[in-house]
Amino acid sequence: MIELRGVHKRFGELIVLDGVDFTVAEGETVALLGPSGTGKSVLLKHIIGLIRPDAGTILVDDVDICHVSRRELSKLRSRIGYVFQNGALFDSMSVYENVRLGISDEALYKDAEYCRSRVAQCLGLVNLAIDVGKKLPAELSGGMRKRVGIARAIAGSPKYLLYDEPTSGLDPVNADIIDDLVIRLDNELGVTSVMVTHDVRGAFRVANRLALLTDGCIILQGTQEDFHASTDPKVRAFLERDFENPSYAA
Amino acid sequence: MGLLRFLGRLVLESLAHLGRFSALVIELFRGLPEWRIWLPRTVIEARAIGIGSLFIVILTAAFAGGVTAFQSGYQWQTNLPLYVLGTLVVSTIILELGPVLAGLILAGRIGARYAAELGTMRVTEQIDALESLGRSPSSHLILPRVLAGFVMVPALVVIADVVGVASGWIAVKQVLPITDADFAYGAKAFYRTFDGYYSIIKAFFFAGAITLIPCYMGFNTQHGAAGVGKSTTAAVVSSSVVILLLDTLLAKILLN
Repeated sequence: MIELRGVHKRFGELIVLDGVDFTVAEGETVALLGPSGTGKSVLLKHIIGLIRPDAGTILVDDVDICHVSRRELSKLRSRIGYVFQNGALFDSMSVYENVRLGISDEALYKDAEYCRSRVAQCLGLVNLAIDVGKKLPAELSGGMRKRVGIARAIAGSPKYLLYDEPTSGLDPVNADIIDDLVIRLDNELGVTSVMVTHDVRGAFRVANRLALLTDGCIILQGTQEDFHASTDPKVRAFLERDFENPSYAA
Repeated sequence: MGLLRFLGRLVLESLAHLGRFSALVIELFRGLPEWRIWLPRTVIEARAIGIGSLFIVILTAAFAGGVTAFQSGYQWQTNLPLYVLGTLVVSTIILELGPVLAGLILAGRIGARYAAELGTMRVTEQIDALESLGRSPSSHLILPRVLAGFVMVPALVVIADVVGVASGWIAVKQVLPITDADFAYGAKAFYRTFDGYYSIIKAFFFAGAITLIPCYMGFNTQHGAAGVGKSTTAAVVSSSVVILLLDTLLAKILLN
């Protein structure tokens, strides 16, 4: 279970998170929605300890991520797979080496035979041929890079998967392919997922619960029906993609 | 009020830099036990910066030696014994020009490379990705670069010293009627073993400036491509300034 309690974060004068309370139960797929620049990715990075909060508590499996040793943090991170917005693939390494680096167990990482089969399995799960492993990230299309990023994130058999805008920058067809992939991985691997996105349509397809982050707070958490039923002008403006709505200027 | 605010911000920013830099150095020490990770990468880095920098270091040292010899010839007083030229060329190259010119050249070449590489990795979230995979950026990225610098910069400075003296020797014979025996006599007459050590000691300190500062700048890059450019420029300028400061400080401490 992932739990954020009263998380505050500011960068200089800019308050990004202003007392965020957010919970993800095991087995859930939660979409974290919000317009660009509202701190969705910042919130996601808090969960894996890449950013530390100014105040508040972040619990992953009841462990406070802000008060653990380096070793414990590393162990905790091995349970979480993180899919970065643009893949964040290591451009000096082949796709194979990138995915292999996702194997968090050191003993397995050194086992060449296991690595070969695990990398092939992960590439297969994201619908990529084994031959892609020989390529460098620069030789891949945007959609393929995202899929390799997902393959790397699942290579360590994580319990949680955090997706940072997995469909941003993709055409609708490729965005649908990635969304289908997220659904399939959730079903086949049984992971708990948090997906940051501003793609409302994709979020409704993939997630069984949604949360809307705006003005540093989560203003609504619930199902697709709860969102449609909401009369909050900010929720309405977001669903109608009306970011010029005065509600957002508040 | 504006001036006070400016000074206050400057002090706070300097302290923040100092804190982050110290944290980076502590991280490097923490990464030392993970030698299985950093050792192979250090060999790759050492080969890349050593072989890659060899030509420019030799070229710079050769010109420095030659110019020292030509200028000595230009300023030469006939009442001085010719063998003094050997002393002058060797001392100038080994004590000062070899390490400092090699250091400045390497600050540009290695420093810019390190800052740009790490800066790009930072803004493309590759460093975050490494951390998210539970792996230490210190032992994967920074330690290999820093250790490679500590191995290769002194080696390159020794090569610069040798090439600089050799080119000075050849060049001085073109402008004054000095024999090889005179030059060798002058070179040995006032040479102290400590001079060679001094050159290498300087090289070690310069290696710190050439590697640690650019790694720090690159590692803390922000704001996309413009940020990478800014970090790279700042890394080269800062490490060059620190090299000059260290040069003065070490001369004062070790030679006086």
